[in-house]
Amino acid sequence: MSYWPLAGIAIVVLGFALRLNPLLVVVSAALATGVLAGLDLVAVIEALGKASNDNRYISVTWIILPVIGLLERYGLQQRARAVIEGMRGATMGKLLVAYLAFRQIASALGMKDIGGHPQAVRPLVAPMAEAAAVKTHGDLSEDARDEVKAMAAATDNIGLFFGEDIFFAIASILLIQGVFEAAGYPLTPLELSVWAIPTAICAFAIHAWRVLAFDRRLGRAQR
Amino acid sequence: MITYEWLYILAGSAFAVWAALSLKDGRWGNAAFWALLSASFLLGSHLSDLANGVLVLAMVAIAGLGGLKRSDPPTTSLEERQAHAGQLGNRLFIPALVVPLTAVAGTLLYNYTPLGETGLFEARRETLILFGIGVLAALVGAMAWLRPPLLAPAQEGRRLIDSIGWAAILPQMLAALGAVFASAGVGDIIGGVARGVIPEGSIFLTVVVFALGMAGFTMIMGNAFAAFPVMAAAIGIPLLIQQYGGTPAVIGAVGMLAGFCGTLLTPMAANFNIVPAALLELKDQNGVIRQQVGTAVPLLLCNIAIIYVGAFWLWS
Repeated sequence: MSYWPLAGIAIVVLGFALRLNPLLVVVSAALATGVLAGLDLVAVIEALGKASNDNRYISVTWIILPVIGLLERYGLQQRARAVIEGMRGATMGKLLVAYLAFRQIASALGMKDIGGHPQAVRPLVAPMAEAAAVKTHGDLSEDARDEVKAMAAATDNIGLFFGEDIFFAIASILLIQGVFEAAGYPLTPLELSVWAIPTAICAFAIHAWRVLAFDRRLGRAQR
Repeated sequence: MITYEWLYILAGSAFAVWAALSLKDGRWGNAAFWALLSASFLLGSHLSDLANGVLVLAMVAIAGLGGLKRSDPPTTSLEERQAHAGQLGNRLFIPALVVPLTAVAGTLLYNYTPLGETGLFEARRETLILFGIGVLAALVGAMAWLRPPLLAPAQEGRRLIDSIGWAAILPQMLAALGAVFASAGVGDIIGGVARGVIPEGSIFLTVVVFALGMAGFTMIMGNAFAAFPVMAAAIGIPLLIQQYGGTPAVIGAVGMLAGFCGTLLTPMAANFNIVPAALLELKDQNGVIRQQVGTAVPLLLCNIAIIYVGAFWLWS
């Protein structure tokens, strides 16, 4: 058996490492893989065209953008900020657990752009977490402050990653569906997205426990 | 019967409107890109495979040459948004909630009541079609409620799609890459290698290799989407599903989530891990990753357990 078709994988890894345009990398990898597997170039372009055409439904999800954009025009992001600010007053641990839950639930309902590092973490979540930590534990060292802010950013990522796949009309779920359908295993988006729930629960339990343990550790270090 | 073709016409029309607005705005690269994507949606089912392939290559050329730029269509100011948000309150979330609610409730109704016998929707396509219906309902509702200028949703949508840019079709292209990998026999090759390494018949170790492979490939590429077609073709489909009879939905969904654990661990996923460290002015560029390790590693173990139990013990 020839190992040449694997060069496509090497192209993907190398192209991403060199920070080339990912779209360019992916399509080059597809063309190279087909040619190295012994197809002629026209046949490979045909295969790519057919595969892309069969997977158009993955990009259908963007039709939601006019709705989200319209709501943003009327202050959706500002309203989300008000909800996050309403979590004020608690300890750092409780604040981040509440934000984790908010981020997971909003993402699971398809609102994954509520939150995020530039929009929410830098202006709101990180300063609020830092202020809450100082309030409970007294003045903190520079390193401890950095740890609190980093934990706020980590909480945003974890809430997004392990919430968004519960929403069925999201690229990752439809990508799974596309790959499996091409391989002869037709699935529905809901069949896939319900299987994101057990991991979402584990993620919440593990990260919430860690955030609260971190808060307690900060308290001990200050004493 | 309502089929995906209806959705393609809907999405193709949205892309066509964005192309026209980009043209009017003098953004030629954006206009060409969205026009080609619109053509693919509106005409794709009637074009030859070669013509569709050429459409893809043209879009990639525009994206690769940096032809897509962010745009700034007319919108409300920050002060106006603040005022609206105060006045409208949490009701602002309702239109956004209409979409998933329509899709999930509709799917359940369609599958568990006699409604399904009407054959209104193409089989197994009802959820995404209902998502499209939910979007239209939310849009009509929000328009009637907020009474914005008629072109506002199109312009606001363009602001968002242009901020996403070429990344909007990356998942579609990665799925296409997966299909090309499958037809070129990439899965057979790596599956053969993996079979040589993993002890014959050990389902558990194969699950471990699959999940670690997803996380590892994601760490190298910085992107679970790119790792997925590779690992599915290599181990997920040939070994876990075909040889050992695992449940495809669990292997696909939780396999992807194992990849997300890898995303938490790699500086290659700059948007999530390095950019926030810079935004928060942390001294340690890897500070965010350091806080994520303690969650990502146990969660990866959970994912291994969920795949093993869910795909091979339940319903098998």
